[in-house]
Amino acid sequence: MTDMSYLDGNMLDGPLRELFAVDLSGATGRCESCGTVGPMAGLHVFSHAPGLIGRCPACSEVMLRLVRAPDRAWLDLRGSTYLQVPLPMDQPYPRPL
Amino acid sequence: MVSDPTPRWYDCRVGIVSPGFQGRPRSAEPALPPGQYLTEDFPVLSAGPTPRVPLDTWEFVVSAEGGAEYRWSWNELMGLPQEAPTVDLHCVTRWSKLGTNWQGVSLDTLLEGIDTAARYALVHSYGGYTTNLPLDDLRGGRAWVAHGYDGGPLPAEHGGPARLLVPHLYLWKSAKWVRGIRLLVDDKPGFWETAGYHDYGDPWREQRYQGD
Repeated sequence: MTDMSYLDGNMLDGPLRELFAVDLSGATGRCESCGTVGPMAGLHVFSHAPGLIGRCPACSEVMLRLVRAPDRAWLDLRGSTYLQVPLPMDQPYPRPL
Repeated sequence: MVSDPTPRWYDCRVGIVSPGFQGRPRSAEPALPPGQYLTEDFPVLSAGPTPRVPLDTWEFVVSAEGGAEYRWSWNELMGLPQEAPTVDLHCVTRWSKLGTNWQGVSLDTLLEGIDTAARYALVHSYGGYTTNLPLDDLRGGRAWVAHGYDGGPLPAEHGGPARLLVPHLYLWKSAKWVRGIRLLVDDKPGFWETAGYHDYGDPWREQRYQGD
């Protein structure tokens, strides 16, 4: 990285809260490109752009794209293998059969 | 509904500067595409870190649909006929900058002699960015590989050593740090076009998002 033009992933909390009922600020993601696993807050977020771009802090590949139109939003996670979301122990959940 | 005063990251694109109702429009005022405001500075937008590309390894590659590749080194690019277009820029984030002065090589020059039946182009950049457009939009004196701005070398933050310049479309089509163009029989959407933005992006028809 040759510049500091990105923000940390904590800034994604607000924009993602518009889309999801679950709080993703404590989520963990896996980079599809290099396999690095880390917190959403660790992403490098480029916001001086037509959308938000979250890049892997290890390999700088794109893990997340979020585009907001006045009446719609697009979330592109193709660069993320998964998001791991912490959930409370006492919450009922469907068990695998 | 109670309005939420919390600043949001997309606030920059909801504020439209309106001249208000102060009489009839003056013809001397510059015409802007719908929803755009005029800016005098040159905002820097980027989807990632700024790549630094040494001129001695820089190259520009056009690959035709059959696999043939046409390459230019930096010195070869400089040896081609040079043009100095003055054009207006329209960014989808709503700023427009008028009368910008560039130096570069017309895509007509670069595509001359390339045998292709392709109708689409996928532009790719150092750093991994891509954007797509119809091949015809790169022809007819409407597109350049630009390496100079305002009389000097194009600064890296604005896409140097060289960027695509296609000013009749929104500026995300004018890929910074351009590395090459793939000529394609079928349209293949690029970085923003796969994430909600319009496939063509004509500012005068306000084609910002898919379906606009």
